[in-house]
Amino acid sequence: MSARRWMLAGVGTVAVVVALAAAVLALNRLDEAPLDATAAPPATAFDAATVARGAYLARAGNCIGCHTARGGAEYAGGRGVDTPFGTVYAPNLTPDRETGLGTWSADAFWRALHNGRSKDGRLLTPAFPYPSYTRVNREDADAIYAFLRSLPPVRQPNRPHALRFPYDNQAALAVWRALFFRPGRFEPEAGRSAAWNRGSYLVRGLGHCEACHAERNWLGATRGGIELGGGLIPMQGWYAPSLAAPHEAGVQDWPEDEVVALLGGGVAPRGSVMGPMSEVVFRSTQHLSREDLRAMAVFLKSLPPAAARAQTAPPPGGAAMRRGEALYGDHCAACHGERGEGAAGLYPPLAGNRAVALRAPHNVVKAIFHGGFAPATAANPRPFGMPPFAQLLSDAEVADVATYIRNAWGPAAPEVTALDVLQAR
Amino acid sequence: MSRRAERLAAAALLALAALAPARAAGPAVEDSIAQRVQACTVCHGREGRATPDGYFPRIAGKPAGYLYNQLVNFRDGRRRYAPMTYLVEHLSDAYLHEIAGHFATLDLPYAPPLPAQAPAAALAQGERLVREGDAARELPACTRCHGERMTGAEPAIPGLLGLPRDYLLAQFGAWRNGQRRAAAPDCMATIAQRLRPDEITALAGWLAAQQPPAAGAPKVRAQAPLPIDCGSGLR
Repeated sequence: MSARRWMLAGVGTVAVVVALAAAVLALNRLDEAPLDATAAPPATAFDAATVARGAYLARAGNCIGCHTARGGAEYAGGRGVDTPFGTVYAPNLTPDRETGLGTWSADAFWRALHNGRSKDGRLLTPAFPYPSYTRVNREDADAIYAFLRSLPPVRQPNRPHALRFPYDNQAALAVWRALFFRPGRFEPEAGRSAAWNRGSYLVRGLGHCEACHAERNWLGATRGGIELGGGLIPMQGWYAPSLAAPHEAGVQDWPEDEVVALLGGGVAPRGSVMGPMSEVVFRSTQHLSREDLRAMAVFLKSLPPAAARAQTAPPPGGAAMRRGEALYGDHCAACHGERGEGAAGLYPPLAGNRAVALRAPHNVVKAIFHGGFAPATAANPRPFGMPPFAQLLSDAEVADVATYIRNAWGPAAPEVTALDVLQAR
Repeated sequence: MSRRAERLAAAALLALAALAPARAAGPAVEDSIAQRVQACTVCHGREGRATPDGYFPRIAGKPAGYLYNQLVNFRDGRRRYAPMTYLVEHLSDAYLHEIAGHFATLDLPYAPPLPAQAPAAALAQGERLVREGDAARELPACTRCHGERMTGAEPAIPGLLGLPRDYLLAQFGAWRNGQRRAAAPDCMATIAQRLRPDEITALAGWLAAQQPPAAGAPKVRAQAPLPIDCGSGLR
């Protein structure tokens, strides 16, 4: 190739790179007003009603769940969120001037929530669920801001994230955002009730339900397809069941009251919460008003039902079922009943229980392995507990019991192996 | 209890359930606090008794204040044992009080201790530390706070008997390296720092070998002031 051609090719490559970079930059600035980073927060306090509304909305967003370390000062940050790309440490949201949001203006807070960009211009990692929070409206963002300003300032320096290369890199994050993030606005759907629209706003916005109840691609972005279609929660290994599928955790055929009971109290006639959803009920949804819970129920009930996937797994082996039956009699039947019928109001039935029959074995294995209590709520202040059978049973025995309860009394679910237990526990 | 005995007990329960008059389907489960906290007894033994050969501590009959403080410490990260934290993470203060109160009221016989393994000199060293401490190094006798009979003191100082040696050793290790903490000032962390490793081994060995008192031992109250500043012993 002649020198002239080399030069042309070089210029062409540079032009493509510059154009791509410009596109990434432009996509990262969508719907973003210029920010006066020197703007000071208001000197006067906010009125009590706004602060109270902000406190309520912060509950709806479960901000405290990540922004409070175990046993630490509320909203002072420090909790590590494990992701496949490293650990993200939630920052201090209290109004401390040096380590918290003390110098942040309402505009800066809005930009973080709506655009995922920090006050200093840096892009925020999407472990902070701004792909959902971007739908929160300005008025609500301002109320949350007012609430955070009302907290006692706590001097607690932020811990830097421990992300691996290249996920710790701002340019890489800009590319990720260009591919997977667009600022959104909540637009009420005409022809839907006010309750449905309120529910949609809460579920898709502050509630950030899709942060768990959706599949993620290899770069950690939630996939399109079926909304709230369920997915494995990265690192935690719990399966967040599909809220669209009636055979998983869909509530299309539940009475509205029961959905309200589940979100508000953690227990309902057809199921109770466990694992990470216990935290959601304990820290967030139990504090929401009946009207808001009802709105969420109306919205969730309206999700288009996803069809059941055909079960293709072979029936479990007879030996595993026999061993599982013996173990079940020894350890489980006293509470869950000989035929998995449960004890009304005290212990849940296992026969016909959707959580037991989920195709993904993770939750049933974790339930047997770690036991647990339903969250203590006003509706269920003294929950019954299940022992952590990790102390008593081997992986193989947990697998046999799990296989047994998934197949003994009803529609078959795939056999659980000791390897499944090892991976899922 | 052996597996066979457990199976027999389960069978007996089911037989009783079958005999019970027209109750709706399902096992005969009573609605009681004991039933609600069965999650605890798989490790801590039936009704909260420790197993003599295990790691898990006895919780039956310990002062309610002590048990409550520990439940909160697990919940809030001052003590670290993942299975405990997982169980209590989403329980309210009120319910943890009730659970602590339940186990505190149990007055059950202790299992006999395992025979001491340590040489006589180490046991003597252990007993001296427990009963006399070492004033020169500001180490109060264990009995000053935990009671002459080492059965603990109301409202929040635990008994020291009926605990497995491995459990005792692990607690001193955890106090020394900050894995077990309590409300400040953390008196036991201070004491653990002042003790030498050989002294810890000696006193754990001696304590684990002592015959605990029979059931029905009277409860004693802690006498203020304690010999060392303590954030949790009196509340």
